[in-house]
Amino acid sequence: MSESTGPLKKTPLNETHKELGGKMVDFGGWELPVQFSGILEEHEAVRTRVGVFDVSHMGEITVKGPQAQELLQSTTCNDVAKLAEGRIHYNGLLYPTGGFVDDILIYQNNPNDFFVVVNASNTDKDFEWLQQAARGLDAEVQNVSNEWAQLAIQGPEAERVLQPLVPALNLADIKYYRFARGVVDGAPAIVSRTGYTGEDGFEIYVSPEEAPRLLRRLVQLGVKPCGLGARDTLRLEARMALYGNDIDHTTTPIEADLGWIVKLEKGDFAGREVIAREKEEGPRRKLVGFEMIDRGIARHGYPVVSGSEEIGVVTSGTHSPTLKKAIGLAYLPLDKSAQGSEFSVLIRGKEARARVIPTPFYKRSKS
Amino acid sequence: MATPEDNRYAKSHEYVHLEGDVATIGITDYAQKELGDVVFVELPQVGSQLDAADELGSIESVKAVSELFSPVSGEVIEINEALADNPALVNTDPWGDGWMIRIRVTDPTEIDELMTAEEYDEYIEKESAH
Repeated sequence: MSESTGPLKKTPLNETHKELGGKMVDFGGWELPVQFSGILEEHEAVRTRVGVFDVSHMGEITVKGPQAQELLQSTTCNDVAKLAEGRIHYNGLLYPTGGFVDDILIYQNNPNDFFVVVNASNTDKDFEWLQQAARGLDAEVQNVSNEWAQLAIQGPEAERVLQPLVPALNLADIKYYRFARGVVDGAPAIVSRTGYTGEDGFEIYVSPEEAPRLLRRLVQLGVKPCGLGARDTLRLEARMALYGNDIDHTTTPIEADLGWIVKLEKGDFAGREVIAREKEEGPRRKLVGFEMIDRGIARHGYPVVSGSEEIGVVTSGTHSPTLKKAIGLAYLPLDKSAQGSEFSVLIRGKEARARVIPTPFYKRSKS
Repeated sequence: MATPEDNRYAKSHEYVHLEGDVATIGITDYAQKELGDVVFVELPQVGSQLDAADELGSIESVKAVSELFSPVSGEVIEINEALADNPALVNTDPWGDGWMIRIRVTDPTEIDELMTAEEYDEYIEKESAH
């Protein structure tokens, strides 16, 4: 985690976290809770019941106008024309070199009105990037991050707990990667069935003024407050990428095993040439999931070695609370990336064996 | 739980419980709280020789790794095997079942250089104040 100089940024829920006993840390310049009752306990609560995360630090950017869709089509790899009102998709904002500016979610209100949700650490960068790309296009890009607080309610009981707070909406009708506007416990909100945990759940966007009351209400109803620690173990088990760890400006969607968000047939977009070539010839390296064979936990930045040569790197790694073993993601040369392939990681100077295994590491049972 | 009076404490938050010339070493309640859920503990081999301030191993929580330092010099005569399958003992019982290693000390007076319970309490109060 990066440390910053100067005062830390605070979400609208900062005081509420402290009241709830949150252990606050510097997360990329934001003061956020890493845990409340404990990472393992919070992780389990999301897997078996329901937990809530403050994700208000995420950025929100609106793209509107007759050429809004064109702007997004030319700057991303997924097919924006396939969206419809009330639909969301996961997408990559790419450099001409094929690397990621950011991984994003695009919500469509109508073909001239999009709501783009971006990583907190990339908000300013993404906004400037889209503004630049909008030059000469009839499209308006606005950074509305300060207007929104966001809570993620995740777990098998999320819908059951949330429904009474949203009487005018039938949450069961909001399918995965769909959203609707409604009123949550009296607060006007956008409610989407999305999340970063691998469980069922909702992300709720409300005004900053309404957020503290809503969080307290949820906790009152038995929803467990969860922090960044559990957020990371949950997303890694579900093999969800973290910008800065698993993907960045040097990694293409093909290398990152995110080929499913690349739609070459949609037309031209930044990075298309590089990606088309990679799809044809194969990438030089691939992001794979692994488990440790020897004892030890491989973490972000630990080298993957073959003899004395460094052949890859661990991008994310942790002890998996659900699987009770050490897991991670690593970039390996293509010829070492097959399932079952064994390799060595350097953990504080000592070699430890690991093997490539299928991902996601955890998949929730469909009910 | 109050800091046990019959231990001595290092600035790196290890404690020593000395009986005769055998020192039992673990980490304090303050340290386990700061770490969070412990998921892995790496301990030295029985028979290793350690000097005071040598790294004796490491302790991993979900989020981070911390080194462990020996507060005293001597030979490792026993390690807590229970931590291999149940590292959470460090969190639930740091003063008792969460112990890590036992050392036969070369110089029992070495512990005089470590903090008393009262001094340690003062030390952690200052540390958590900033």
